[in-house]
Amino acid sequence: MTTELITLQAGTRAAVAGFTGSQGFAWKLRTIGIREGKILTVVARHPFGGPVVVSVDGRAVTLGRGMARRVLVDVQA
Amino acid sequence: MKRIVLMGNPNVGKSGMFSRLTGAHVITSNYPGTTVDYSRGTMHIGGAATELVDAPGTYSLQPSNAAEEIAAEMVGTADLVINVVDATNLERNLFLTLEVLETGKPTIVALNLWDEAVHQGIDIDVGSLERLLGVPVVPTVGLSGQGISDLIGRLDEARPTSTVAPMDAEERWKTVGRITDAVQTITHRHPTFRDRLAEASVRPVSGLIIAIGVIAAAFWVVRLIGESLIQYIFEPLFELYTPFVLYLSDMLGPGLLHDILIGQITDGGIDYVESMGLLTTGLYVPFAMVLPYIVAFYLTLSIMEDSGYLPRLATLTDTFFHRLGMHGYGIIPLFLGLGCNVPGVLATRVLETRKQRFIAATLLGISIPCMAQIAMIVGVLGSFGMQYVAAVFLTLAIVYLTAGLVLNRFIGGECPEIFLEIPPYRMPGARFTLKKTWMRVRGFIMEAVPYLFLGILIVNLLYTAGILDALGTLLAPLMEGWLGLPAEATTALLVGILRKDLAVGMLVPLGMTPVQLVIAVTMLTMYFPCIATFAVLLRELGLRDMLLSAAVMTGTALLVGGLMHMVLAGFFGGGL
Repeated sequence: MTTELITLQAGTRAAVAGFTGSQGFAWKLRTIGIREGKILTVVARHPFGGPVVVSVDGRAVTLGRGMARRVLVDVQA
Repeated sequence: MKRIVLMGNPNVGKSGMFSRLTGAHVITSNYPGTTVDYSRGTMHIGGAATELVDAPGTYSLQPSNAAEEIAAEMVGTADLVINVVDATNLERNLFLTLEVLETGKPTIVALNLWDEAVHQGIDIDVGSLERLLGVPVVPTVGLSGQGISDLIGRLDEARPTSTVAPMDAEERWKTVGRITDAVQTITHRHPTFRDRLAEASVRPVSGLIIAIGVIAAAFWVVRLIGESLIQYIFEPLFELYTPFVLYLSDMLGPGLLHDILIGQITDGGIDYVESMGLLTTGLYVPFAMVLPYIVAFYLTLSIMEDSGYLPRLATLTDTFFHRLGMHGYGIIPLFLGLGCNVPGVLATRVLETRKQRFIAATLLGISIPCMAQIAMIVGVLGSFGMQYVAAVFLTLAIVYLTAGLVLNRFIGGECPEIFLEIPPYRMPGARFTLKKTWMRVRGFIMEAVPYLFLGILIVNLLYTAGILDALGTLLAPLMEGWLGLPAEATTALLVGILRKDLAVGMLVPLGMTPVQLVIAVTMLTMYFPCIATFAVLLRELGLRDMLLSAAVMTGTALLVGGLMHMVLAGFFGGGL
């Protein structure tokens, strides 16, 4: 099931399915290592509109909540 | 002269490589964005001088911020590119590598952080990678220097690629995947303590506990080192120095030269803070009061920078900074600004938009005292009791917060969200930490001391000419009526434009009450940046924004000063 990254709880594994929003946004995420097909793990989700931390290929990336809303993922079992 | 450009993703060790290759010393840290501008140096290859340029890190040649733009421009000017690649993160780094190769520039790849890759169970077939990329590939360890002589030895083999043709982004991603699969083998390992700590320090609850611990420990260490250096080294040194000064004073006899060199002698002794001579106050303030804390602060900051903790702190504080119109990376200019506002202002470049940079720079100028000033505040106010020191910092913190909230509302522009790669924790090496601390301390001595001398000289000359008294009389209504300070404090505020540490010292002989001192040093922090910070603010913000920023600073200072006068007078009793 495809959902927004923002909805995932810490500890969830998911595959990146795509991006919504501008081409520039997708470009930025792909070049930092978050791109279609990659498996990511949600390390932390901060309260009060805070950022989301994901781990991809053993590397952690912090992204703002609005960005996490524009990353589409498929949750892995 | 030929020009070689170091290109690579952020935080892959380009600056470390630059130091190795040129022998020049540049600041390196373990977080993305340490290099916001390029540095140049010269290296000698086979007797010929070659210019080496350290470009800011970028993930792609299609830039997404100012620092990346500089990097992308640098490629065009290069005769040869050294592409520094993080061996622990090959797949992501190769995208930029392909972009660089597609430009047709002669290129050599440095597979850096090779030791960490080996440690993490990552094996890369260097020979195959070299064949696939069509350019030389050399494993290196920038920190230890391993592989650097190989790299230099093979620079003349650098050439335009014969195997990579220009392609579109999608094709490039596929090529990256193909190359990575062909050359890289990863042996999985169990998560280590370091991995668990890394995760715990970015989670909301455990992260906050760790952050409070780290910051409390940092404060404690800075104070301990600073106070110990003063007590056991610098105070005893000046005791040995006193007889010499007294002897010189006798030799000179009274007169202008005596006033300038030695200043005022009280009761046959020397008060190093109040005497205002070049050889007394001019040496005592920078070396016995400020330098110990500068050493302590930069030592602590270096360890925090090199360990990789700051991006984690940025993640934790993001929610807070976002309310102030910045994002978590606003912590970098704040931390650097606590050392000296000048590198703090430069570090505002880690923020993406004009609005964010304007807010970060203005808040820095208005409410972040530099370590030199903090040392003097603690030295001067601490003797009356730490509650007065606390009153100053509490006021500044409230100002930072309030001004941030207000500026966020009224300054137009975009506030992009945080987007930040968190590097792995690394154990800071003793040699590097000490070298970096020394570079910054030397910077302080070279830049602060001459300004301090100039300040003392000007004060003495203006005082002799009677100009200071005239200015004091002119501004007396504002100082006395609104701020509750003696008119003579005007002089100190004016000297604050040159050096704020000296200005704090100048408040001492005025015989003010502790509460008046609290107001005066808070004003000194807020009303205007020192001249060095002013110059770099002007360069970074441009004239229009600089004027706006200065107006915000002076306006807020007067408002807050008046409020403090009223509130503190009530709180500590009417006896200001």
